[in-house]
Amino acid sequence: MNKITSLADLKRIKEQVHSKIRMRENSDNADTLVQIKVGMATCGIASGAKETMTYFIEETEHQAIDAVVTQTGCMGYCYAEPTVEVTLPGQEPVVFGFVNKAKAREIIDRYIIKGEMIDGMIPVTYKTIDE
Amino acid sequence: MSEYNTQILICGGTGCQASESEEIGKSFRELIGELGLEDEVQVVVTGCFGFCEKGPIVKMMPDKTFYVHVTPADTEEILKEHVVKGRQIERLLYKDPKTKQPVSDSQHMDFYKKQLRIALRNCGFIDPENIDEYIARDGYMALGKCLSEMTPEQVIEEVKKSGLRGRGGGGFPTGLKWEITAKVPGDKKYVVCNADEGDPGAFMDRSILEGDPHSVIEAMAINAYCTGSDHGLVYIRAEYPLAVARLKTALKQAREYGLLGKGILGADFNFDIEIRYGAGAFVCGEETALIHSMEGLRGEPTFKPPFPSEHGYYGKPTNVNNVETYANIPVIINKGADWFASIGTEKSKGTKVFALAGAINNVGLIEVPMGTTLREVIYDIGGGIKGGKQFKAVQTGGPSGGMLTSEFLDTPIDYDNLLAAGSMMGSGGMIVLDESDCMVAMAKFYLEFTLEESCGKCSPCRIGNKRLYEILEKITEGKGEDADIERLKILSHVIKDTSLCGLGQTSPNPVLSSINYFINEYDAHVKDHRCPAGQCKALLRYEVVEDKCTGCTLCFRNCPVGAITGERRAVHYIDQSLCIKCGVCFDKCKFDAIVMV
Repeated sequence: MNKITSLADLKRIKEQVHSKIRMRENSDNADTLVQIKVGMATCGIASGAKETMTYFIEETEHQAIDAVVTQTGCMGYCYAEPTVEVTLPGQEPVVFGFVNKAKAREIIDRYIIKGEMIDGMIPVTYKTIDE
Repeated sequence: MSEYNTQILICGGTGCQASESEEIGKSFRELIGELGLEDEVQVVVTGCFGFCEKGPIVKMMPDKTFYVHVTPADTEEILKEHVVKGRQIERLLYKDPKTKQPVSDSQHMDFYKKQLRIALRNCGFIDPENIDEYIARDGYMALGKCLSEMTPEQVIEEVKKSGLRGRGGGGFPTGLKWEITAKVPGDKKYVVCNADEGDPGAFMDRSILEGDPHSVIEAMAINAYCTGSDHGLVYIRAEYPLAVARLKTALKQAREYGLLGKGILGADFNFDIEIRYGAGAFVCGEETALIHSMEGLRGEPTFKPPFPSEHGYYGKPTNVNNVETYANIPVIINKGADWFASIGTEKSKGTKVFALAGAINNVGLIEVPMGTTLREVIYDIGGGIKGGKQFKAVQTGGPSGGMLTSEFLDTPIDYDNLLAAGSMMGSGGMIVLDESDCMVAMAKFYLEFTLEESCGKCSPCRIGNKRLYEILEKITEGKGEDADIERLKILSHVIKDTSLCGLGQTSPNPVLSSINYFINEYDAHVKDHRCPAGQCKALLRYEVVEDKCTGCTLCFRNCPVGAITGERRAVHYIDQSLCIKCGVCFDKCKFDAIVMV
């Protein structure tokens, strides 16, 4: 990793990171790349988020779905752990609660592949500082 | 891809389910079948929309029309008018309380999204183990701005102007604390992050460190720039292994990028952070005790003043702030103090993170602007009380706080209002209690906690709390005397007035607050030897109602101690000398033939 030695440097890195994400979105497979974020705070992991994440990684690979599976922190919906956010290309992110293996399979089969909405999605109930 | 033109989202949150959302879904599905719209319209049951007061909620996609107070009788009109003809049904729209005008879609509803995430801005959004994702979200920009464009005095002025107050509980103005530490002369100064989160049921700080560790690192560096420090310490409890691991990863990445170390961002500024582990003692959340623990001494508090800002870690000026306080700093620098100060109430600016727990449907981590009411937190965001029970009180401020009863449901939450109501903001644990929670037992629970966590240094706390606990125990066992309540009050005040640190000075608060608001319950325990909430086992008795008992033997088969006897199809009996009052028979009986007396 190169050192960041000035504010200008930091801004350049920010642009790079930004464009890396954008490139990922605009690449050849832009219409198929799915982003999956699994809530992996202590509470999520305690409710089985690790198994859920492993399942998503294995299953998207197995079914040749072009997906990026990453971890993130607590989304705040502790009553519905494990929680998973799925962003289909060009669409707004959708959060699902109580994602065990069966639910993960349903999300892949119905939401990711067919684009159908499925029961158990959690509406966004907060504003962010970007709004 | 999906071929549906319209999706009908029905709120399946517990609050809406209680008001017929399931019937609404059923009705929609039947009508869709009748009208032959199966291929065009999809019905989806969602999680809680966080607007439970107006439930049941139905949201139409893709146009985002938001219908409130929908009944099963409305479904036909929604399908025929909205879906088929594309006309909104005005009477079901949400009406803006100010203008009284119907609001067409959820994007224009001010009142809908009650949460605002500042401290939690990146939690659940970025990968906490990837510094690039933090940088992509303006990470370390605030530090860059401070180092290149602002003097330390200007940064402190900005923090002061923002009105940010300590989120660890006390609510001391953060900017002022920074200024004091900056002004005290010293060749070596320290920046400390208090991550010793100890209130039962609180997990705000853990979630921030697990979800966005860089925001704390960045803020500590900004503080170091302001106060003239080069050495940071995070005091974190060892029982937060994941938070520790993520923080370590974050520190390593920040060092690799040169965002910690020497000559940070090309400026004449050196700073690095080390981690110190706490063993999970509640008293170490008190800043002087925390500092002693870091010095390798016993985690015991000392008298203030001198404050750590003047005389802290190894006698050097030390700035101690809590995790959530730090997490707000980068945003204040990036978006400006005026922006931050525009959120919240007159004396409490910004937002507060709360950990919602207890008898509430949507247990979770929330962040609301200061000034939000308890009712909004409990009934809108929290989805109401579990099992449709009655709200009794909210316990805030943990073992140092107090109860807020239903009369405070519409009080805007901020530091001063909560203090005036006899509780406190605390670090943000919010435990919701319903009618089945006994207030005497609750006070006893918190006292048991402080009793274990008292460091034992001063007698009022060490001995006084033990005596308080014994009196409460006596009352919950039905052995209380009339004079006990007065004894509790007098002893509580003595402990508050004479204890050395915050722990002892606040530990009787749950007792005083519950006596203040629920004196009836204390009286019932002492005078009638009865626990109105049915929680104090010693005061409970289960009995069989002979007229209702069918002799099904279910209670007999489930009793773990064989205290129930009776022939098949004959009335059963409970042997009180054997009964352990576990309540299994009461729960199992299908005929309400077992009562609690």
